[in-house]
Amino acid sequence: MNVLAQGAPGGDAVSVAEAVAFWILGPIALAGALGMVFARNAVHSAMWLVLTMLSLGALYMAQGAPFLGFVQIIVYTGAVMMLFLFVLMLAGRDSSDSVVEVLRGQRVAALLFGVGLAVLLVATVGRAFADVTPAGLAAGGSNWNGNVPGIGQLLFTRYLLAFELTSALLITAALGAMVLAYAQTRAHVRRGGQRAMVEARLRGDPARIAPLPGPGVFATANSVAVPAVLPDGSIAADSLAEIIDRTEVRPAPEPAPDDAHALTGRPLAERGGRGTSVEGGSTEGSAGDGSTAGTGVHR
Amino acid sequence: MTPTAYLLLSALLFAIGAVGVLVRRNAIVVFMCIELMLNAVNLSLVTFARINGTLDGQVMAFFAMVVAAAEVVVGLAIIMSIFRTRRTASVDDANLLKY
Amino acid sequence: MTELPEVAVATGVASLAWLLFVLPALGAAILLLAGRRADGWGHWLGVGTVATSFVIGLAIFFDTLALEPEARTREQSLFQWFAVGGLDVDFGLRVDPLSLTFVLLITGVGALIHLYSVGYMAHDPGRRRFFGQLNLFVTAMLLLVLGNNFVLLYLGWEGVGLASYLLIGWYQDRPSAATAAKKAFLMNRVGDVGLALAIFILWTDLGTLQYTEVFARVGELSSGAALAITLLLLLGACGKSGQFPLQAWLPDAMEGPTPVSALIHAATMVTAGVYLIARANPIYDLSEAGRLVVAIVGTITLLIGAIIGCAYDDIKKVLAYSTVSQIGYMFLAVGLGPAGYALGIFHLLTHGFFKAGLFLGAGSVMHAMHDEVDMRRYGGLARYLPITFATFGLGYLALIGFPFLSGYYSKDEIIAASFGAPGWQGWVFGGCATLAAGLTAFYMTRLVLMTFFGERRWEQLQTADGKDYHPHEAPAVMTVPMVVLAVGSVFAGFLLYVADLPAFLAPSLGELVEPEGAVVAHSAVPFLVVGISALGVLVAWLTVGRHRVPVHRPEPVSLPVRAARRDLYANAINETLIARPGIWLTRALVYFDNRGVDGLVNGSAAALGGSSARLRRLQTGFVRSYALSMLGGSVLVIGALLAVVLA
Repeated sequence: MNVLAQGAPGGDAVSVAEAVAFWILGPIALAGALGMVFARNAVHSAMWLVLTMLSLGALYMAQGAPFLGFVQIIVYTGAVMMLFLFVLMLAGRDSSDSVVEVLRGQRVAALLFGVGLAVLLVATVGRAFADVTPAGLAAGGSNWNGNVPGIGQLLFTRYLLAFELTSALLITAALGAMVLAYAQTRAHVRRGGQRAMVEARLRGDPARIAPLPGPGVFATANSVAVPAVLPDGSIAADSLAEIIDRTEVRPAPEPAPDDAHALTGRPLAERGGRGTSVEGGSTEGSAGDGSTAGTGVHR
Repeated sequence: MTPTAYLLLSALLFAIGAVGVLVRRNAIVVFMCIELMLNAVNLSLVTFARINGTLDGQVMAFFAMVVAAAEVVVGLAIIMSIFRTRRTASVDDANLLKY
Repeated sequence: MTELPEVAVATGVASLAWLLFVLPALGAAILLLAGRRADGWGHWLGVGTVATSFVIGLAIFFDTLALEPEARTREQSLFQWFAVGGLDVDFGLRVDPLSLTFVLLITGVGALIHLYSVGYMAHDPGRRRFFGQLNLFVTAMLLLVLGNNFVLLYLGWEGVGLASYLLIGWYQDRPSAATAAKKAFLMNRVGDVGLALAIFILWTDLGTLQYTEVFARVGELSSGAALAITLLLLLGACGKSGQFPLQAWLPDAMEGPTPVSALIHAATMVTAGVYLIARANPIYDLSEAGRLVVAIVGTITLLIGAIIGCAYDDIKKVLAYSTVSQIGYMFLAVGLGPAGYALGIFHLLTHGFFKAGLFLGAGSVMHAMHDEVDMRRYGGLARYLPITFATFGLGYLALIGFPFLSGYYSKDEIIAASFGAPGWQGWVFGGCATLAAGLTAFYMTRLVLMTFFGERRWEQLQTADGKDYHPHEAPAVMTVPMVVLAVGSVFAGFLLYVADLPAFLAPSLGELVEPEGAVVAHSAVPFLVVGISALGVLVAWLTVGRHRVPVHRPEPVSLPVRAARRDLYANAINETLIARPGIWLTRALVYFDNRGVDGLVNGSAAALGGSSARLRRLQTGFVRSYALSMLGGSVLVIGALLAVVLA
């Protein structure tokens, strides 16, 4: 509390100590700002900005605004910048900016206008406040009971309405952030309940009522790579995942006598003429050399 | 030395922040540059409070901080949702709203 | 302001004057609105309304005769039609000798032609509608002659134009009829513009359109205004009466049914121009030059009509050009001023009789000959159509001025009066009129010879649809009007001469003046004209009667015949002078509109669109570009503010 109680920082004149503080902290703040702009890594930028903000907080205190100085350090440097870092870690931490500027002339123009703005502002301010004598917070008496009581009195008297409005603003912002950042999918409520789902399914909404056939039904293997076979020996196309391409396989030299297809009593030639050879797949499956012989995965 | 030096520092910081907004492409860094500009203005407000000898400037700076905090919350949420849908945080990639 | 003459209010029988036009109007309304229910009796209603009007007209006529000549001009104000600013137009009728004469002609001849149409149109499915339109015509024509102001005259003027248009295009399925109707309407419109402008000038200068007031105050007109009015009125009259240079529509108007040709395009409507000039005689009295132009137009037209009439083989076209020529006589007469107004009306009346009779006769011939109009396919019809031949022959004699028939009195008087015109005019007008009388005798004799005498050429020919010709006399309902009109052709001239029609018309047209110092003495004119006409008949007999008439018209022919067959190139001239430049102008305007106006509009649109397409490239969608422009703008604004403050 020594800092708060100490006499007249932010007085009508700039003390030597303050000047020393300014000439140390000011360049640091400038360096932080430049570093933030020029750092290619976003986390480094954030760190540079933290440096600038800390310097500014100290400068606030030197100017007789210890409350704002602490708020700057605690809220800004502490909370807000941590929020920045959180988001940086969530997104884009690894995306350091590329050196190549895609917008033609953007950097040159930005620099030009930035320097122009700086020159104009410096010229204006320097001209307008060339020989200003600060009234000093102590003299006016508004700092009568220290900085924090003074601000508190102003906030809860003259600026009460604005203060209340800012609280509403903060709540709204919190709600807005929740709405914007809330990302859970809502697919499970889309169909409107079990009954509606059943009716939709009976209407043929997902194209079939029953579940997809599992692999290997009536086949000689249970591997997921072996398609299901219908009772007549043909492949159940539904049992194959769409993302899996079937590759042509060599027809088996001869069918196994205990093949399930024998049950249908069809002539072999007809079965053999059915494009993709089920026999081949199942034969190789039954040969036990694993799942991927007849099908291949292609993305 | 007079408090004018603070104002000049504030002007320089503001200009640097503005240039940063223009040249950086990462939306979060752009946002940080905006924060820098806000801070520069806050420094001016504090200095004006001192020059005028009243606390109103500091109260203004206080409100600016509150509003900046709210803005940061919403802005970062927007950046998050953009990032979630487009897998990028570059402001140049969100350029669908054009001719 | 000049003191206005007191005009007696029509009382007694004359107060029924409004019935004159209301009855046909009623008939037209019933016939046109009643639909098929009236098919059975509609034509008799049509005849009845006009006949009743004729009876009323007769009653008013005799009522008027009983009055002193000064009191014979009476007016009946029906209601105020409209009042706009200073223009206050009464719907009023003027019952005076001139309008009564016309009423009797219109309703009398009209009733006969209505009767004739009952037979002529018997097989036309639209007969009821035809009678409705005929009644509409009679209504409009009566309004035209009965109105007591120029606006009412204009109403009737347009009304007869409408009826004429409808009836010329009666056979709507024939492209030629539709075209002829359109042509008649458009050329009439040219004349109507003149009439309308004349009315405008009258109102601007005098502030009134009531005949009584206008005629009482014509002295206030400047001579220039009087000349303009007379010329514009003449333009209107030329359009309606088929006078040079607007004569080309009248022969084409023969596309309509023959009764229409007889009533509208021979007896009544086409004489409206003569009526207009005679009615406006106080204005024409003011302008010597205006009258001279009228006489010149009439002379040119009577020659044109007579010359072209000699060359045509279409019986109705010949009669049509004869009509043009005879109306030319009337124009010449009214152009002579006080020496001729009454003579023009006189000839108009007799012409109404015999030309209507001739047209009805031609209709009867066509009726007998399967609607064939080519005289070269006729021949020797006198034996087959005795009544038609007799009536047609009488009309023919009356037209060529056979002594003591109608034309003899009226036409010879006009020729005699035109010889009385001052200076060179007497020679020119009189000479031309006499020459045209000879030509009239020639072409009418040729027509009669080709139609009723000679070889029966139709025996070897077939109709267009491959049938033989079976000439037969028309039913009584058609022959009776022809007989009546033939009787009129014979005696009307004599009766009117004896009854001194000019004196009767004097309250309306002024006293007939006997011109002084005629180049050919009045007493000598009948001998001269009869001699010339006899010469024409002789030449016709020598060239047509003695030879075999070829069925197909001979080609090639001499230059004058070729020119006459092509209407003396009137259509070509109209085409070249008016239509072509109009088309070119339209094309130029369309081109200008497409390229100039549209080009300007489209060009500016394209310029805007193109520049927008380029400008929108500025909207890159890059936030940083927008931010850059904002910063740039801010710097500029700050700089400008500083510059202003520091300056």
